This record gives sequence, C-alpha cells and structure tokens, in this order.
Amino acid sequence: MSRITLAELTEIMRTSVGVEEGVDLDGDIAEIAFAELGYDSLAVLELVSQVERRYGVSIPDEAVPEMPTPARAVAFINERLTLEGV
Amino acid sequence: MSTSRAAVEAVVTGIGVVAPTGIGTEAHWQSVVAGKSGIGRISRFDPTPYPVRLAGQVPGFLAREQVPSRLIPQTDHWTHMALAAAAAALEDARVDPAGFDDYDMAVVTASSSGGTEFGQHEMERLYLNGPSWVSAYQSIAWFYAATTGQVSIRHGMRGPCGVICCEQAGGIDAFGQARRLIRLGSRLVVSGGTDAPLCPYGLVAQLSNGKLSQVDDQARAYLPFDVHASGHVPGEGGAMLIVESAESASARGAGGGYGTIAGYAAGFDPPPGSSRPPVLRRTMERALEDAGCPPSEVDVVFADAAGVAEEDLAEARALTEVFGPRGVPVTAPKTLTGRLYGGGASLDIATALLALRDGLIPYTAGPGTLAPGCDIDLVTGQPRELPLRTALVLARGYGGFTAALVLRAPDPASPPQANPGEDKGGTG
Repeated sequence: MSRITLAELTEIMRTSVGVEEGVDLDGDIAEIAFAELGYDSLAVLELVSQVERRYGVSIPDEAVPEMPTPARAVAFINERLTLEGV
Repeated sequence: MSTSRAAVEAVVTGIGVVAPTGIGTEAHWQSVVAGKSGIGRISRFDPTPYPVRLAGQVPGFLAREQVPSRLIPQTDHWTHMALAAAAAALEDARVDPAGFDDYDMAVVTASSSGGTEFGQHEMERLYLNGPSWVSAYQSIAWFYAATTGQVSIRHGMRGPCGVICCEQAGGIDAFGQARRLIRLGSRLVVSGGTDAPLCPYGLVAQLSNGKLSQVDDQARAYLPFDVHASGHVPGEGGAMLIVESAESASARGAGGGYGTIAGYAAGFDPPPGSSRPPVLRRTMERALEDAGCPPSEVDVVFADAAGVAEEDLAEARALTEVFGPRGVPVTAPKTLTGRLYGGGASLDIATALLALRDGLIPYTAGPGTLAPGCDIDLVTGQPRELPLRTALVLARGYGGFTAALVLRAPDPASPPQANPGEDKGGTG
C-alpha cells in the first residue's frame, strides 16, 4: 500500500508549485500553515492535484480546508490512500 | 483635485526592456542603434508545418533567472517577461516600493494574446490526460489582467490597476491611462506591456487576419512602406516603464526622468466600407493639440508601420496631411523585433525616450524603395543625429484601434536622469 511522507510532499511543493522568497522548506515546516509558507488556497489546490496524479488517489476540492498544514495534509492523504486501498 | 489637473505632469523615470533586441534597456538600445535584428526562425516550437516560420524572439530569456520560483508555475511566458521588465524598470528608476504608500502605486498594462502558451499546454493536458491534469493556475494564468495582477501583488501596489486590450494600440493607451491616474492622484504607475504570441495556438490565431508575412528571408520579411511590403513578422516581449508624477520624481531627485507624457489621444476607425477616412490623422492631431504642440515642433515620428500596403499608404498619407510631404523624420525600429502587439507600443515609447535622451533617431532597417504614395522622410540606412525635443509615437491595433502619444524630453533646467547604465534586465 502506498503512503506519502512529509519529505515527498515537500518535494512536490518545491518542484511543482515553487517556493516563496524567504521561505526555507528544509526547516521544520510540518505544523506551519500553508498560508504562512506562501501557499494560498489555489497553491494548495495545485499541490493536491499533483498528489492525486502521482499517487493515484482522489481528493475532492472541498477537502482543502482539512489540510491547513503540511503535517495535516500528509495525514489526510494517507487516510485517503488507506480508504481507497491504493 | 480642485486646481488644474492638467498641471500635474506625468514623467517617465524608469525603463525595463525584455525584447528580441535584447534583455535590458541598454542592450536593446545598442541593438536598435546598430540595426541588429532579433528576428529569426521560430525556436519555441517547430514551425515547419506553418506558413509563418519567422518571429522576433527574446534571446536567452530564462524565467528561473528572472522570476521568483513561486510565480513561474502560476504564470505564462508573457507574464514572466513583464515581471522581469517591471523589476528592471523599478531598479532603473531607483524606486523602492517600500518607500511609497501602497495605494499611491498603480499598475496598468496592455495585453493582446494573454496566456496563450500556458493555455495551450493545459488544453493539451486536458485532452490527452483528463481534467485532473489541468493546472489549478490555468484559472489565473491565461487572462489579460494576469500580468497587472502579478506585478501589483509582487511589489505591493494597491492603487488603481487595470489592463488594456487594444492589440498594438494598447501600449499607448496604457500610458494614456497612466497619465490619467497620475492626474487623479496616483504617485507612480507601472505601465507598459509584453506579449507572447509564439506558440502554435497563438500563431494560428493570428494567421486568419492575413497580415503576417510568409517571406522566409529575415531581412526581407517585414518591410513597412516598401514596394515589397508583405505583411509583418510577429514577435514577443515588450517594455515596462515607471510613470511618476513630476512632483514625486522631483522630490526623489529623479528630475524630469527620461521625459514627459505631453499628449495622448485614442480613436477608432470607421467600419469597413465606410466613406469616412481612417481615424489616424485626427488622432495624431488631437494628441498634438493635447500636448499644445504644433506639428512643426515634432522632431521625430515612431510609425505604426503595419507592413501591409494599404495600411502603410494610409499612415503615410495621414503623416503627409499633418506634417506635409517629407515634413518630419519617420522611423520604425520595430522591423528589428516584429510587431509585439501588447508589448509593441510600449517598446516604441521606450525607444523614443532613449532617442530623445541621446539625440539620435534610430533607423528603420529593411525598407529600401518606398511604395508609390508613401511620401515620407523614412530614416533608413543609418541613425540620424540631431537635437530631439519632441517625439510622436503612433500605433494601430487590429480591428481599428488607433492611438498617438507625444513625448517631450526633460526640460534642460531639470537635473538629468541618473546614469541609466548597469542595466541587468531584472532581478529575481
């Protein structure tokens, strides 16, 4: 069964969505709100759609509020992966 | 604003260029003076199956060197070029936006193609892979105001913002609007435009108007006013400029900057088949009236230079009616870049200001024998050196948009623009 790690999520943020000037994604970002990391709701939507494609999991747009931080996003995505048995 | 609005002068204090003639104001100006063309075979995609294979492309533009990484996946190539040019213009003007009130800074750009390449890419993903493959940023990247919005957000400019879509005329209209905003109380307006029409979708959208040159020789493809005029070459890029109230510029020690927006007018052509003449002559006259400038005071005209025989003739006739036969030097350095649509007129404005600065009319590379009836003093062969005080810039956009702008060199009494050299073409 596939799982996503914080490092993998961070890598997608870095390569597919980009990094705001002055933000260090190598730091301890797990509990920092996406908005504070420079990712607005559109950026989180884009991140989620990248995850959907890479992991073959479906995440409804309405679920974005369930993922306010990278750690919560990882937990939510892994829950979906388990549910869908990917 | 109870006192005379017209007393508030709008001056240009910064220029940023990303164009086929080079990245950076001085690189562009050197190419223009040398008559060095930026037109070549299209390399952004394989143009082999298309009837148009030449274009003006910006050499060596890498978004990752010029644009913050967060913005690259959100924006089209056209916005990348504008972000780089806007940053360069602010640097050239020595403006630190932190020193301005957010609401005193405005952004007005021109756009013609929007985010065409971005849109094509996402359309391909849609029909090849499905809806979930389409970038969420398609929602904001394609539309005409995207560049204005991204420049506004990046530099914290919360004053009046807008975009003007009048094809090639839009670049002049953007400066007309910038001057209006300065008169209404804005202190600074980032103004200008870029365009990026060079992808298969963007090119095919232009083919239908029949005005693109299909000549494959880059030296012969775009010959406005010439007996062999065969249409125009398309191009990408443009220029962003900083328009500022004279008071603000003076308070910062920027003096009269590169010059003043002295007059502006816009018009729209009568419908095809009408017995009324094209609106260009009246538009020129109204811009000159607005500037309080008789035709005899105009030192150089930067022509629209359509490259289509009947449009060239119409422009030459309008010039002759206003200035007399061969009554004023006329030039069209856009033969080095192709027509840049939303970016074209603002690049002409930048070039005209540099001409005023250096007392040098750049020549029109390409045309040799003027078409019958084009009784104008087209500067060809080499630049013409003479004192320049006033320039008239003309532009016509597809469908009838027409605009004219009068630029005046800074008053010799005001301190000169600080050394505009060391242009790096933008910071990331």
